[in-house]
Amino acid sequence: MKLAYYPGCSLEGSGIEYGMSTERTADILGIELVELDDWNCCGATSGHNTNKLLSLALPARNLAIAEQMGLPMLAPCAACYNRHRNTEHVIKNDPEMRETIAQLIEMELQGTAETVSILEVLANQVGIEQIASKVTRPLLGMKAVCYYGCLLVRPVEHTGFDDPEDPQTMDRIVRALGAETLDWSHKTECCGASLVTSRPEVGNRMLYQILRNAKEAGAECIVTACPLCGMNLDMRQGQVEKEFNTKFDLPVYYVTELVAWAAGESRQAVGIDRHFVEAGRYLDEVAVRAEKIKAEKEAQAQAKAKAAAQAKKAGDQADEDPEARQKKIDAMVKAFEKNPDKMVKRLIEDEERAAILLEVIREDSKKTARLAELMVDDAEKASKAAEAYVTAELKKRAK
Amino acid sequence: MKLIPACEEDQQLLRRLEAEAGTNVNLCYQCGKCSAGCPAAFAMDYPPRQVIRLLQLGMVKQALKAESIWICASCETCSTRCPRGVDIASLMDTLRREALRQGLITDKKVAAFNQAFLNGVRLFGRTYEAGLLLQHNLKTMQPFKDAQYGLPMMKRGKISILPAKIKNRDQVKKIFDKVQQLGGE
Repeated sequence: MKLAYYPGCSLEGSGIEYGMSTERTADILGIELVELDDWNCCGATSGHNTNKLLSLALPARNLAIAEQMGLPMLAPCAACYNRHRNTEHVIKNDPEMRETIAQLIEMELQGTAETVSILEVLANQVGIEQIASKVTRPLLGMKAVCYYGCLLVRPVEHTGFDDPEDPQTMDRIVRALGAETLDWSHKTECCGASLVTSRPEVGNRMLYQILRNAKEAGAECIVTACPLCGMNLDMRQGQVEKEFNTKFDLPVYYVTELVAWAAGESRQAVGIDRHFVEAGRYLDEVAVRAEKIKAEKEAQAQAKAKAAAQAKKAGDQADEDPEARQKKIDAMVKAFEKNPDKMVKRLIEDEERAAILLEVIREDSKKTARLAELMVDDAEKASKAAEAYVTAELKKRAK
Repeated sequence: MKLIPACEEDQQLLRRLEAEAGTNVNLCYQCGKCSAGCPAAFAMDYPPRQVIRLLQLGMVKQALKAESIWICASCETCSTRCPRGVDIASLMDTLRREALRQGLITDKKVAAFNQAFLNGVRLFGRTYEAGLLLQHNLKTMQPFKDAQYGLPMMKRGKISILPAKIKNRDQVKKIFDKVQQLGGE
């Protein structure tokens, strides 16, 4: 797979580990990323807060470059993704506005470019099985909540690859790595990233709600696919803990960090050592748990296989078709009638005793039938019974 | 209670704002789902439903002066959930831009942040995070805000003192200039 790559400003700055791990993940999964030549900032929230034309023209310049490349454009940052999707929508549906924008950027603008999110690429284009097949370090025992934030899945008419209220793509990816993903109510709540600098008293409370809900759901870490959410939840977590007098200790991972790590990459290569909330220790803990779970699973599997083998053995006797068994018994009885001397020799080695058995069964057809039945079910028991008949006969004679 | 009749001027302004936002405020039947889901409503003077109500009543000036429009984080939860299909987030956006045009900014901090952000993009074609924080702090007279993050960020390679620049900075600058000529900020 070949994609045009729009890292956006964050992936080279505050979300540098997202950029590093995205490139590692692409490499592992065989996706070729071709960076957009001379891309510019999308304007983000400040752009559309300030001027509509500007908020369309800035992403449009990137889309025009992607059009020239003729490739779908991957924008891992949720804000960049959202702004470019929004602009695409306008360009495709409003020819007049497309003309205005084309004049503004002084570039050709057909409206053929398509921006894709990392979740869409991983879950729907690469595929869950393909990701699972690359896992060498399964995240068994990890308890995670997937945090999509606001801009990846909204508005649904622009994004459209997942449900805007209960999205699942990231959960599927994280589960493919072996982790457990928990249900929680703040999956798509806004973290207030656009407010933490200008209005921290508002932004921090929004952060607090998300962190608290994650903790209450039983999460031990948060997984995200947005550099603003990631940075916000990670870097400001300490400040929020102080302000609300509580302790969260929730490492915040980018989904690509986990994919690359689970596929065997080093911490340095994916940027785990660049977090604010210590994030390596939890991965070590998960590795220990994973070993334990693996060993338990193996032991369970072995015990199960053993039990199954035993059940099969017992079942061969018990579960056998009664009709088939009866046929075998009848055949055995016939054999006793035809070649009684050969049959008794199968039951008793000693010739003298075998001769006595021969006499016993000639006189007692019930005993013959019983022996035939036992020979079908269990040869050993049949021999024992035959020996017992002979001993009883000898005793009778002695009297 | 003193009732203020909506004047013609306000009505015209409202129609223009609706056209820019691509939505119609009269669709709203005031159910309040937008306010219920808004993650920032706790800090707002008028929650989203009430902002729409102000507009329905033609009280456009009050809506433009509402602090809410600057607290809105543009998360689009309201627009996603509105059972009547009112694009509230787009309206909030439009109100912010109109407040800027009319110089009616209730929250100078947010507007200052946006301006600092866009100044960086205008000059370098990219976000200049270090310059942005510095400029924002100076403009809002809080020089040490978030200063505790500066060094740790640098240590982690998350921020650099020098801006990243694109080659064709003139192209981006031209976009800004043309937008301004067309009646921008």
